[in-house]
Amino acid sequence: MKKLALLVTVVLVVAIAVPAFTSAAQTQEKLRVAVVTPSTKSDLAFSQSIIDALLAIQEERGEENFEFVFSENMFVVEDAATALRDYASAGYDLVIAHGSQYGSSLSDIAPDFPDTAFAWGTTVDTFQDQGITNVYAYEARSEEGAFVMGVMAALLTESKVIGIVGPIETGDAKLYVDGFKAGVLWQDEEIEVLVNYIQSFSDLALAAAAAEAMLAEGADVLSGTAQMVPGAVNKVKEAGGLWFATQSNQSTLAPDNVVASQVYDWTYALNPIIEDVLAGEIMGEAYSLTLENGGLRIEFNEDFELDEDVKAAGEEVMQAIIDGDISFEVDEDGTLLVIEAEAG
Amino acid sequence: MIDDLITASVLASGIRLATPYLYAAIGETFGQRSGVLNLGVEGVMLMGAFTSLWAVYEITPAGATSYYGPALLAGVLVALLVGLVMGLATAVINVTLQAQQGISGIGIYLFGLGMSDLLFQKVFRGEVITVNGFPKVNIPVLSDLPVLGEIFFRQNLLVYLAFALVPVTWFVLNKTTLGLNIRAVGQNPEAADAMGISVTRVRYFTVTLGGMLASLAGASLSISLVNVFQQNMTAGQGFIAVALVYFGAWRARGVMFGALLFSLVNALQLQVRTKGIDVPDEYASMAPYLLTIIALIFASRRIDQPAALTKPFERGE
Repeated sequence: MKKLALLVTVVLVVAIAVPAFTSAAQTQEKLRVAVVTPSTKSDLAFSQSIIDALLAIQEERGEENFEFVFSENMFVVEDAATALRDYASAGYDLVIAHGSQYGSSLSDIAPDFPDTAFAWGTTVDTFQDQGITNVYAYEARSEEGAFVMGVMAALLTESKVIGIVGPIETGDAKLYVDGFKAGVLWQDEEIEVLVNYIQSFSDLALAAAAAEAMLAEGADVLSGTAQMVPGAVNKVKEAGGLWFATQSNQSTLAPDNVVASQVYDWTYALNPIIEDVLAGEIMGEAYSLTLENGGLRIEFNEDFELDEDVKAAGEEVMQAIIDGDISFEVDEDGTLLVIEAEAG
Repeated sequence: MIDDLITASVLASGIRLATPYLYAAIGETFGQRSGVLNLGVEGVMLMGAFTSLWAVYEITPAGATSYYGPALLAGVLVALLVGLVMGLATAVINVTLQAQQGISGIGIYLFGLGMSDLLFQKVFRGEVITVNGFPKVNIPVLSDLPVLGEIFFRQNLLVYLAFALVPVTWFVLNKTTLGLNIRAVGQNPEAADAMGISVTRVRYFTVTLGGMLASLAGASLSISLVNVFQQNMTAGQGFIAVALVYFGAWRARGVMFGALLFSLVNALQLQVRTKGIDVPDEYASMAPYLLTIIALIFASRRIDQPAALTKPFERGE
């Protein structure tokens, strides 16, 4: 009887344990990624761009090999830090902090989980100088596409006044605004460029009022970056002006007014990081999206009839940037410099 | 220089920006005059913003390139209905259940923040969509007036309605029996009760009305000012509206003055930056808040706060 009880016990233990171990083994093979974003995953801007990239990677690699979870609307940094730590504790292989405001939290958290890979953006700082080796960084050279669209904007404006709405004068937003302005003035230095940083990433009404102020000053072509720009796009739509978008394709917001969108494809930064994680070699490197590596794309709005000459001019400048004939640098004062290679 | 900054379009923009503050703060004024503080205005605004846009989106015929009147009417009615429900819920919590009003208000705010986002994700999968909102309506003759025409008489219906509420509120609060009852309940509920006024009924009325106007404030953003919805799009305006009630010393005219001061300075600081005038962005965007605080310090000298504000009432106490 004892033997029978022992046998039953062994069978039960094996029956319970084997699937558990199998499941654990399967989980080990599947790459698990977690991402924390500051705004909603469908913001037609910054947060959506990383979610779109992860969806594309999942489609390419298959759901059985790639799983990702996300926490959106983490506009409170302390909440984001808690989420990042929780994901790392839960054993996610790669934890992404999608916002430059999360940097200091990440430098606290990453050393506690040396076997976990972290990534954050937009920045080039991997904290190597602090002795941290498991943090990757990614950034978008948003000034490149901005410059191309600025050139096209200069060719499209009739009033010779162009407006740009920004959130806060820093990071990716500043690069975009400076690049767009540089593109406009590179094409035609007589054009007046109005720039307004409204000091908010979320105030749609203020973004709308900023656009109205620019339209009232005679601007007929506008652009803008960050999550609050739908407010501005609508005012451009009402006024019959033109809009250049960035971060995600915003053509659906105003099909008759959006000329083109600079789209971020973070897969160009995430794929090398994922390869490192799968190979078990966490290197902590920095990656940039550029027009040259395809991480930045200019998507033209198919519903908008863009003059072929303007499109050709844009594509010519884009090729010049890809070929390195036009490049950009930011000096110590934070001023964007346009560097043209000498002909021949 | 000044002519370049204070233009008719800047002043007109300031008037438009004041609209949501005005609706929300007038609604809050009614509640506070009867002794009930509602810090949940922001949450109700978010619910009104989402539901009104949803109604307009659903009812506007597909492919419409211009506004559709019935859809806009439905948007306003849905916002009022949602505000009524949330206002009633607030009244149940604050008046009947006698909750601590500061805490319960935060709960209502968080509910509105979460629920509006949940609905946004469920209905539109979180995608930002645009609608054809209230168009500008030029008032005949008056809109042709030089300068004043552009500032005051080329706005949309929800803007006109917000400003029309100011004299109506003054009249109701100061010249009607209802207003007398509201003020009595806010000053001395025990005495009002002894006079045969139902404190509970009056407070239910004011808090529910406050909810409806807060919801309309949200609608004035999503189907009138910007014509889109985004998660947390009110960006703190509901809390500023509560502060404007204190600023305005619980009077409709004072509330309007505060809303206009805040919004006009906001429009002006945008113009300063649009013009490229060398003022650091941080200082420019701080200006509306700073000026409002300074004005509040001076205004506080003449404040006569309702004596029973935030104090629950129970018969026989």
